[in-house]
Amino acid sequence: MSKKTLIVIGNGMVGHHFLEQFVASPGAAEYDILVFGEEKQLAYDRVHLSEYFTGSTHADLAMGTADWYSAQGVELRLDESVTTLNRDRKRVTTPKGEYGYDELVLATGSFPFVPPIEGREHPHCFVYRTLDDLDAIRASAREGKSGVVVGGGLLGLEAANALTNLGLQAHVVEFAPRLMPVQLDTDGGALLRHKIEELGVQVHTEKATTAIVEGENARLRMNFSDDSHLETDLIVFSAGIRPQDALARSSDLEIGERGGVVVNDQCTTSDPHIHAIGECALWDQRIFGLVAPGYTMARTLSAVLNRDRDAAFTGADMSTKLKLLGVDVGSIGDAHGQTPGARNIRFNDEQAGHYRRMVISEDGKTLLGAILVGDNSHYDTLLQYALNGIALPTNPETLILPEGQGGAPALGPDALPETASICSCHNVTKGDICNVIDAGCGDLASVKAETKASTGCGGCTALLKNVVDSELEKRGVEVNTDLCEHFPYSRQDLFHLVKVNGIRTFRTLISQHGRGQGCDICKPAVGSILATCWNEHILATDHVPLQDTNDTFMANMQKNGTYSIVPRIPGGEITPDKLIVLGEVAKQYNLYTKITGGQRVDLFGATLSELPEIWEQLIAAGFETGHAYGKSLRTVKSCVGNTWCRYGVQDSVGMAIHLENRYKGLRAPHKVKMAVSGCTRECAEAQSKDFGVIATENGWNLFVCGNGGMRPRHGDLFATDLSDEALIRTIDRVVMFYVRTADRLQRTSVWMENLEGGLDYLKQVVLEDSLGICAELEEHMNNIAGTYQCEWKTAVEDPEKRKRFREFVNLPQQIDPVQEWTTERGQRRPVSESA
Amino acid sequence: MKARTCWNAVCTVEDLVPESGIAVWTEDGPVAVFYLPHRLPALFAISHTDPFSGANVLARGITGDLKGEPIVASPLYKQHFNLNTGVCLEDDSVRVKTYAVLLDGNRILLETAHKQREAVAA
Ligand SMILES: Cc1cc2nc3c(=O)[nH]c(=O)nc-3n(C[C@H](O)[C@H](O)[C@H](O)COP(=O)(O)OP(=O)(O)OC[C@H]3O[C@@H](n4cnc5c(N)ncnc54)[C@H](O)[C@@H]3O)c2cc1C
Ligand code: SF4
Repeated sequence: MSKKTLIVIGNGMVGHHFLEQFVASPGAAEYDILVFGEEKQLAYDRVHLSEYFTGSTHADLAMGTADWYSAQGVELRLDESVTTLNRDRKRVTTPKGEYGYDELVLATGSFPFVPPIEGREHPHCFVYRTLDDLDAIRASAREGKSGVVVGGGLLGLEAANALTNLGLQAHVVEFAPRLMPVQLDTDGGALLRHKIEELGVQVHTEKATTAIVEGENARLRMNFSDDSHLETDLIVFSAGIRPQDALARSSDLEIGERGGVVVNDQCTTSDPHIHAIGECALWDQRIFGLVAPGYTMARTLSAVLNRDRDAAFTGADMSTKLKLLGVDVGSIGDAHGQTPGARNIRFNDEQAGHYRRMVISEDGKTLLGAILVGDNSHYDTLLQYALNGIALPTNPETLILPEGQGGAPALGPDALPETASICSCHNVTKGDICNVIDAGCGDLASVKAETKASTGCGGCTALLKNVVDSELEKRGVEVNTDLCEHFPYSRQDLFHLVKVNGIRTFRTLISQHGRGQGCDICKPAVGSILATCWNEHILATDHVPLQDTNDTFMANMQKNGTYSIVPRIPGGEITPDKLIVLGEVAKQYNLYTKITGGQRVDLFGATLSELPEIWEQLIAAGFETGHAYGKSLRTVKSCVGNTWCRYGVQDSVGMAIHLENRYKGLRAPHKVKMAVSGCTRECAEAQSKDFGVIATENGWNLFVCGNGGMRPRHGDLFATDLSDEALIRTIDRVVMFYVRTADRLQRTSVWMENLEGGLDYLKQVVLEDSLGICAELEEHMNNIAGTYQCEWKTAVEDPEKRKRFREFVNLPQQIDPVQEWTTERGQRRPVSESA
Repeated sequence: MKARTCWNAVCTVEDLVPESGIAVWTEDGPVAVFYLPHRLPALFAISHTDPFSGANVLARGITGDLKGEPIVASPLYKQHFNLNTGVCLEDDSVRVKTYAVLLDGNRILLETAHKQREAVAA
């Protein structure tokens, strides 16, 4: 019997998921499968599209590979869109040919709606849906300063965040009176707006754009119906999506009044041989703009094509949880309380910036919906109550009150029924997880691989980990947090062991609490712990072998084995004389010279034996080590502040120098960066640092746990209008708490994200001293600041330590033979391998 | 036939750093000598050249043991090399040269291939 042909139109998230399901089923043997995709790229994870701006590539986001398709015998035709559908002859056409089908699947997704505004075709107007869109936005942003997102919904805010990441001043223009009108109510929308504006995004509500024209000070100008206007360099439309139903329309399939290919519970259209899944499908008068319902449709259709008579799509949960510009937002079920008789419980803490609303049934027994802004820690619990119809406690308000004020503890994984849905994208229940654990999965990674849980939108990651940990623990499996094979402890455990038992050497620690000789994981980790606890010179004999080469030789090793040198220039302030010394030294040793992002000077290409000689000269000129090699404070960047700048309200340089001198040399789990801006214009980019200080009329605002680089994170506003003393005291406490509790190589941003209780907990510990350790943290920091020594000064003065800097101990004059150099733009650099 | 080798004194005990490595220059090129006082034997020597980068840096790596075998981690790209065999743990097709090393009184002796001076030049 010859095979039938199955054609899938659209290679997006849902189309791909359908193929994954279908090729693994027995029914697949009956078909030759042919897939058409309009985009050039293979199906990718659109949910995480924005990560394309923060370092992810198509390969990172791709959902499968071309090899997978060919191994499954699926013919994949990308960059080939289907232009017509002839139902009578059961054929589709593309610009490249005509193809017959027996069964047809429409998985064409949706397209962004662009309101019919005059001037919307301007080349700097965009939408936000595909990788190509993002490439175009990136190119346009390069030359621009500001960007407007039209539409203040979920996607619009995500786009605004992306524009901020691209370095633009972002604006959001919304027609409705509040942000996220679909998911949030008035109070929630107002709080979200407040928080987002605090982060520098400007929000304009109740604005209807009438025309887009050439701008005067920027590329474009948007005119609004109330006669106001806004100038901007680019515009991103995010005013909703429309189902991509063009093929269905032109071939007279049944279409909904407002678009969408009408399907029944079997995901079949008005033509029994044509099916539709994902965002193009209209089920029960509804379009589902999320990936999880699309995946459920894909699974249903796969079962239907396998002649499963019971398979049916029965609707889907539209709850969402996200972090928009670092602000938590959650919306569950009937968030607006539209169920007849529904009652509300609201908790609104304007001080902390938390808003929570529960919608409960008339009889008070079940949770119908919820809205959360500012803190999503209650989301998982509330969602479980709503999805599984778990009976509410007698005082349901305890579920949204803060803990300690009568708030109930979160619903533990134990309290969930077996049927509780943990991952809605891949339809994984708690029971499924228990099954794979019983079948041998012994850790989170293998549970993920086996069930696919948490590989969709990722919203359930934390819950999944809790369930897996708790189930493993129940089965007597220890959850492994060991540092490495030598220590059955986490970094935090080791910190306590060292501190409590007064251990001062690696050898004592490993012989009493570990096994073997150590390795490149535990040695530097313990080295850093010892340095924090006792602050001894890192070249003390016992400590030398613990350090990474950068720490050992107090310089940064580069790819050809030479080192770079970064002297400390506190706050970026330097006298002309010192600048000349740097130039002279660089010239003498032929060092490649570059200005760093942290407002200092990096000198590259010094050999091991040159390091002490160079430092002798630098120290004589008054320089100190910059610790660019260490897991410790790097720089405190500053703007020029009120000593020169006409906007400045405080002396940001003075404060930066003060901070840099206080925290220099402190050893931490990872590098620490700080910055101080002299006013809210934020020229020092303090919010992207581990500790960011921004001057106010009354003192200083402190932001903590920000990050730049590969995974940018805005710092969280931690305290406002602090005096100089209060600022130092607060940073002392946070930094020491971080040093004591973070994991090895964990930056403050990741530490914060993993800290149970998050920002609020940290505030309690540091501002309210809930653990009663603040005095100890401050004393510890004072000690460290008091025993500071410039490591390079100590090293060059000690002949024993200087011995370490011989390139070859038997031939002091021998020059490292493999270093080949070339000259580029007037400076020396290593010959690269490819050259 | 076994290649002819010779023993050369390359440094003294005072030059060594416990639990760490130092580099010496030999006829055979740069060699890293490691001193792990808690093992028997305690001396190891391998090529100082990191095969992945071509840079002479292995003596500056962190030493230790993995599954009981003595190792050094390259300070550049962090691959581990077995100090006994020179084999790279991450990619066993890569192997650095190893040398026999001895303590003779206060001197450290290294066995390198004996370079015969070419008697006749063409
Ligand atoms: C920035 C962004 C963030 C998002 N965040 C979330 C989130 O946090 N959570 C969530 O649940 N959802 C989120 N979504 C929505 C989610 O991405 C969609 O629900 C999902 O991608 C829908 O999958 P689909 O396969 O139906 O459509 P798509 O993924 O859009 O795939 C449809 C594909 O069909 C192709 N196509 C269309 N017509 C033709 C034709 N005639 N011939 C050939 N090919 C054709 C299209 O080019 C497209 O590649 C987000 C979306 C975006 C854009
Ligand atoms: S942040 Fe304020 S004080 Fe500092 S340079 Fe910018 S405008 Fe001036």
